[in-house]
Amino acid sequence: MATETGAGRTDPEPSGLLGRIRGRLEGPNTIGNSRAYWAGFAVAVAALLVYPYIVGAYQASRFSLFLVYAFLGLSLSVVWGYAGVLSFGQVVFFGVAGYTFGVVSVNFATPAGITGAFLVGIGGGALVAAVLGYFMFYGGVRDVYVTIITLVSTLVLHTFMAQTAGDQWTIGEAALGGFNGMPTIPNLALGVGGAALVISDVMFYYLVLVLLVATYLGLRVLVNSDFGRVMVAVREDEDRTRMFGYDVRRAKLLVFTLGGALAGLSGVLYAAWGNYVSPGVFELAFASLPVVWVSIGGRDTLLGAVAATVGIEFFRNSLGGEWAFVTVGALLLVSILGLPGGVVPWLDRTYRNLRGGGTTPPTETTDSTDPEVTEA
Amino acid sequence: MINGLNLLFQFLDSFAFVVLAAAGLAIIFGIMGVINLAHGEFIMLGAYATTLASVRLGLPLVAAMLVGMVVTALFGLLVERVIISGSIPNAIGQRVAGRDLMEPLYDRLADSMVATWGLSLIMVQGVRITLGNSLDQIGTPLGELAYGGFSYSMYRVVLSGVALGVLVLAYLVFTRTEFGMRARATIQDEDTARALGVDTERTYAATFVIGSGLAGLTGALYAPTVTMVPGLGGSFLVEAFVAVVVGGPSVVLGTALAGGFLGGINALVSNLLGTTAGRIALLVTAIVMIRFLPDGITGFVERVRARRQEGGA
Repeated sequence: MATETGAGRTDPEPSGLLGRIRGRLEGPNTIGNSRAYWAGFAVAVAALLVYPYIVGAYQASRFSLFLVYAFLGLSLSVVWGYAGVLSFGQVVFFGVAGYTFGVVSVNFATPAGITGAFLVGIGGGALVAAVLGYFMFYGGVRDVYVTIITLVSTLVLHTFMAQTAGDQWTIGEAALGGFNGMPTIPNLALGVGGAALVISDVMFYYLVLVLLVATYLGLRVLVNSDFGRVMVAVREDEDRTRMFGYDVRRAKLLVFTLGGALAGLSGVLYAAWGNYVSPGVFELAFASLPVVWVSIGGRDTLLGAVAATVGIEFFRNSLGGEWAFVTVGALLLVSILGLPGGVVPWLDRTYRNLRGGGTTPPTETTDSTDPEVTEA
Repeated sequence: MINGLNLLFQFLDSFAFVVLAAAGLAIIFGIMGVINLAHGEFIMLGAYATTLASVRLGLPLVAAMLVGMVVTALFGLLVERVIISGSIPNAIGQRVAGRDLMEPLYDRLADSMVATWGLSLIMVQGVRITLGNSLDQIGTPLGELAYGGFSYSMYRVVLSGVALGVLVLAYLVFTRTEFGMRARATIQDEDTARALGVDTERTYAATFVIGSGLAGLTGALYAPTVTMVPGLGGSFLVEAFVAVVVGGPSVVLGTALAGGFLGGINALVSNLLGTTAGRIALLVTAIVMIRFLPDGITGFVERVRARRQEGGA
C-alpha cells in the first residue's frame, strides 16, 4: 500500500478524480500520505460528527472550544513549523480578532452585522500580523528576536487592554471593560436578514468542525504546493533560499499574515463561543499554550498541531484543578527533551518502521526518503 | 526641584529593577546560548525562600536573603544537571537502555525556551499547591528618606546601590578571574576552548549556578517589596528579557546600558502619564529598538567602533 502512495506522489499522472485530489493533498511536507491514513481520517471525522449525539449538547458545546483552539495551533504550526518563525504572539492576532468581533458585533447586532464582524475580525487579525510582520521581516529582524518582539507585543496588548476600564474606552455601544473584558458579545450568526442563521450550541460545534476539516485540508494543499516548498526552504536555510532567487522576506510576510488570519479565525470563534473576551487572552500563560501544543504534537505536521491542541486541551480541562498546569508543564518538558520532533512524527516513524519490517524492502526505501527531505 | 529629585529616584528605582532582573538571565544567555524562561520563577523561588526563612525560621533579614540566594543557586544546579545539560537523565539512560536520553539544550534557543517554559509552569503551580495562593510578607526595612514635603523609601535607594554593585562584581568576575577567562573562551569558540583544556561542561554548570544565584538574590532583595504570589516572577521576566535583548551581546555593559536606557524611559513616562503608560512605553521602546538595532546597544557600539578603526587604518 505504501509503495502505491509513493508512486502516486512521484508520478505526475493522476489516476482519476480521487487520485488527482489526493495528489494535491499529499507530499513530502505532510504526514499521512497513505490510504490507511485517509481511512483513519474518515473514521476520526465520522466519530467527531456523531460525538454530540453520544455525549449530549452541553458536552459537545464544551468540546467545540478545543476545536476552536485547533485553529490557533494550526496558525503556529504554519508559521513556526513550516516557515521557521517562532512566534510567541499568535494570541495577539487571536485577541485582536476576538475584540474586533466583539466591538463590531455589539454595535451591529443584526445577522448581517455579525457576519460582517466575523469577517472583519479575521481581517483584523491578518492585518495586525501583516503590519507586525512587515515591520519585522523587512527590517531584518531574525531568529530569536522575532520571538521576543512577538512576545513583547503580547505583553503590550495585555497591559494596554487591562487599563481600558474607563468610559473613554467605549467604541460606539461596546465598552472594552478593562480587566473584566467584554461580557455581552452576541452569538455567531451568518447570512443576511431573513436568510440568516444564528449559530449556537450543537450548530456551533458542527460549524467549527466543518471549518476545521476544510482548513486542515486547505493547509495540506498549501504546504505541498510550490509555495509550501518555499516556506520549508526558508525554514531550512534562509540564506540559500535567497541565493536561489526567492524573496524570503515576502514569503515570511505572507506566511505570517496567513498565520494571523488563522489565529484571528480562532479568536473570533472563541469570542462567539463564550460571548466573552478579556485581556486574559494576552496573558503570558495563554500565549505559551500554542507553543506547548505545537511542540508536543510535532511542529512540522499539521495533524500534530490539531491532534495535540484538541487532546491537550481536553485533557487539561478534564483534569482541571491545580494539577493541570503541572501536568502540562511536565508533558512539555518530557516531550521537548525526549522527543524534540514531537509525538505525531515519532508515532508515524514507529508505525512505518513496524510496517517496513514486515513488508518488502523497497517500501522502506521509498518511504525513508521523505523524512530526509523535510528534516535535512 | 522636588520634581527633578523625584524623577531621579524613580529612575534609580527602574534602573535597579531592570538590572537586577536581567543580570542572571543575561549571563546564562550570553555564555550558554540558553534562554531561561523560568528565570522569573527562579526569582520567585528566591523571594519565597527568603520570606519563609525570615517568617518561619525567624532568621534576621540579611541571613534570610542569603538563604534565598543559596537555595536558588542549588536549585539552578539541579536544573542544569537534569534539564539543560541532561547529564543526570543521560547517565540513567546509559545504565538502563545503554543510550543517551536527550541532547543538551546549549545553543538551542527555541528548544531551551520551550523546555524552561514547561519548568516555569510546573514551578508556579507547584508553589501554589504546596504553599497556597499567597504568603505573609516581610515588612520593608530601613524606613523612609524624607526631604521637604516628600519622602522616599530608603530601601529602594539601597537597591540601586546593590544593582550597581552586582554590575561591578560581574565585570570583575568576567575580566579578572580564571573562571571569567574560561567562560569568555567558551563563548568565543567552544571547540577550541575544549581542545585547550577548558572543561566547558563545568563552565556551563558554573555559569548556570551563578545566573540562578543572581536570580535568587534579586528575589531575596525584592521579597520585602512585592506581593508574595506564585506568579510574581512574570513581571521580572518581561523586563529581564527585554533588557537582555536591548543590551546586546556584551553581557555586563549591555545590561547596564539597557537598564539605564529602559529605566530612564520608564521613569520619564511614568512621571508624566502614570505607571501603565510607563510600562507600555518601555515595552514599545524595546520593540522599536530590536527592530533598528537587532544586535542591541552594545552590538551597535561595537559596529561603530569597528567602522571607525577601519577608517583610521
